[in-house]
Amino acid sequence: MSVRPNARPVGQKPPFWRDRAKRALIFQCLLIAAVIAFLFYVVGNVQDNLSSRGITTGFGFLSNTAGFGIVQSLIDYSSQSTYGRTFFVGLLNTLLVGGLGVIAATIVGFIVGISRLSPNWLIAKLAAAYIETFRNIPLLLQIFFWYFAVLRTLPSARDSLAFGEAFFLNVRGLYLPQPLFESGFGLIPVTFVIAIIASVALVIWAKRRQEATGKRLPAYWISFALIFGLPLLVMFATGVPITWEMPELRGFNFRGGITVIPEFLALWFALSIYTASFIAEIVRSGIQAISHGQTEAAQALSLPRNLVLRLVVIPQALRVIIPPLTSQYLNLIKNSSLATAIGYPDLVSVFAGTTLNQTGQAIEVIAMTMAVYLTISLLVSMFMNWFNARVALVER
Amino acid sequence: MMNKKHLVLLASAGAITLAGVATAQADTLEDTRSRGAIQCGVSDGLPGFSAPDDSGEWQGLDVDVCRAVAAAVLGDADAVNYISLNAVERFTALQSGEVDILSRNTTWTTTRDTTLGLNFTGVNFYDGQGFMVSTDLGITNASELDGAAICIQSGTTTELNLADYFRANGMEFDPIVFDTSEQTVGGFQAGRCDVLTSDTSQLAALRIQLDDPSAAMILPDVISKEPLGPVVRQGDDLWFNIVKWSLYAMINGEEYGVTSENAEEMLSSENPDVARLLGQDGNYGEGMGLEADWAYNILSQVGNYGESFERNVGMGSPLEIERGVNALWNQGGFQYAPPIR
Repeated sequence: MSVRPNARPVGQKPPFWRDRAKRALIFQCLLIAAVIAFLFYVVGNVQDNLSSRGITTGFGFLSNTAGFGIVQSLIDYSSQSTYGRTFFVGLLNTLLVGGLGVIAATIVGFIVGISRLSPNWLIAKLAAAYIETFRNIPLLLQIFFWYFAVLRTLPSARDSLAFGEAFFLNVRGLYLPQPLFESGFGLIPVTFVIAIIASVALVIWAKRRQEATGKRLPAYWISFALIFGLPLLVMFATGVPITWEMPELRGFNFRGGITVIPEFLALWFALSIYTASFIAEIVRSGIQAISHGQTEAAQALSLPRNLVLRLVVIPQALRVIIPPLTSQYLNLIKNSSLATAIGYPDLVSVFAGTTLNQTGQAIEVIAMTMAVYLTISLLVSMFMNWFNARVALVER
Repeated sequence: MMNKKHLVLLASAGAITLAGVATAQADTLEDTRSRGAIQCGVSDGLPGFSAPDDSGEWQGLDVDVCRAVAAAVLGDADAVNYISLNAVERFTALQSGEVDILSRNTTWTTTRDTTLGLNFTGVNFYDGQGFMVSTDLGITNASELDGAAICIQSGTTTELNLADYFRANGMEFDPIVFDTSEQTVGGFQAGRCDVLTSDTSQLAALRIQLDDPSAAMILPDVISKEPLGPVVRQGDDLWFNIVKWSLYAMINGEEYGVTSENAEEMLSSENPDVARLLGQDGNYGEGMGLEADWAYNILSQVGNYGESFERNVGMGSPLEIERGVNALWNQGGFQYAPPIR
């Protein structure tokens, strides 16, 4: 506290309500008490209202049999499974489309963003046209476009587009051969993990060596060869312990193999392409935020063009890119709840849709669904903040 | 991004969260009188049951239930505000008080009647679940549907019956679940699914919405019981009675031959049943807080059950559904109303 001219004589404490720090503490306690009291009121009121209206409450319904089918499930699910399981089926489907969407949007976004700065007039204008088209059309319409416009042009199951005798594309989705693993396959993922660990070690070692001796090693190419080569080598050494189950036309449709349903494809396309147009602009602004002097200085040191980008421009641009990129990732994941419009079985469609309606327990189901999106978003934010802190400017 | 469904659900959840306990046991009759209109929850457009006509007026068998209640309570069948609800929104909208009656081709089941804080007041249409397939598949009955992709509306009993039926018959299927019945038709027409399943009455309604109705046929199999009826909130017995007896008045009207055309002449009828129904002998509306002419208003403004059926879903409509089990009890059907006395 600042010393005032008419300060009290030393030794005599001011009353606590004149002490700014204590007063602030009291107000904060009061605020917390008010918030807690409000929450108590709301929860109590909900319980009173629900019981007076004879509405069943509680989470007991989660262990009841669901009794309905779900078209796409990453875990074992049948109509005899519980409502609790429908929650996980929906959650995994949301994470699948969200995760793959984030990856695809990032790749497309970076390519388009960099293309927009290309000295090649045609490439730059194409990238600009892409961005202006896709970020200015509402996402829901884009989902409908990919679903209904693209779906209607695909042939029926009986006249599928066949690629070899293994891949089939028709209005019911994309059919791929499914790998069936035989005994002895376990070695391959193990070598894959070993190769990744070895590559990381190699990259760190190569970097230290370069700093110490100035000698460079093509560590990335060696890692690439390790990660893909080693498991392949083991696979052939063990006599290829994989058989493929081919999709086959039986009755109405193809059976066997892996089916990628068109709802997933449409949603994934729409989310990735829409979000990529925003990411492209973020990437462009990030790169343009780096003063051209940096590039010139790097070139003056006779660094080749790809190293100028990799070592000088992109690390600095990332500091500008990461925070808005996080928002785009969060948007993409939350936007995946539009799945319900085209019947993709995501969390909102399966759990906050069918399960909610079959059980009628709206408050519990909606609360769980909101908690899931909140948790996913907070986790993504946490990770991106950590990553941001790593690339942030370290001031010396 | 939120769509409409979630806004409605959230708003309704918010209403349950914050509304005082005192309003939980609201007097719906008093509320509708002071509002001057009934809040009626209907489907999001199902021809024959509830859909706006060319001039924007809501028409249909389910709509007529709300019109009947409005005629009985307010003396004016047009004093109804229609709120279009999809299958997922419907119960929450009723629980939270957004609508006074849910008349939306809703199947009466134990869970819905006993755990949602709601009561079914009767059955205005006895239905069953069926299948619609495109004619060029060459299928003639449901046992040939093994492995089919099936378009279905989310949050319906249909979803459960379907899984039961296929499991019981050892068959597989891919459920393609949409939010609204309109979207299921879209998916069916786009060829996403081989089969569209719903209550047979709905299938008839959806079939005439197709670009080419003759390209689709409804299979003869009916795999479930679907008694459809109006729903009200539990705990307001007066309102429950009003909605229940409004439907019974329409059914009794048909039984005694009172129609919208002859209702006025019937006022002087010698038949004691008719005299009691139309309020010429005693006041049977009194126990429900209504005027003696409550049933006269229903029958003169909305018509009896048979008229409503023929006009909306029967032979006088594009749906051309037979009376079948929905005929009166004395004509080979199930429709039976307790006597008014």
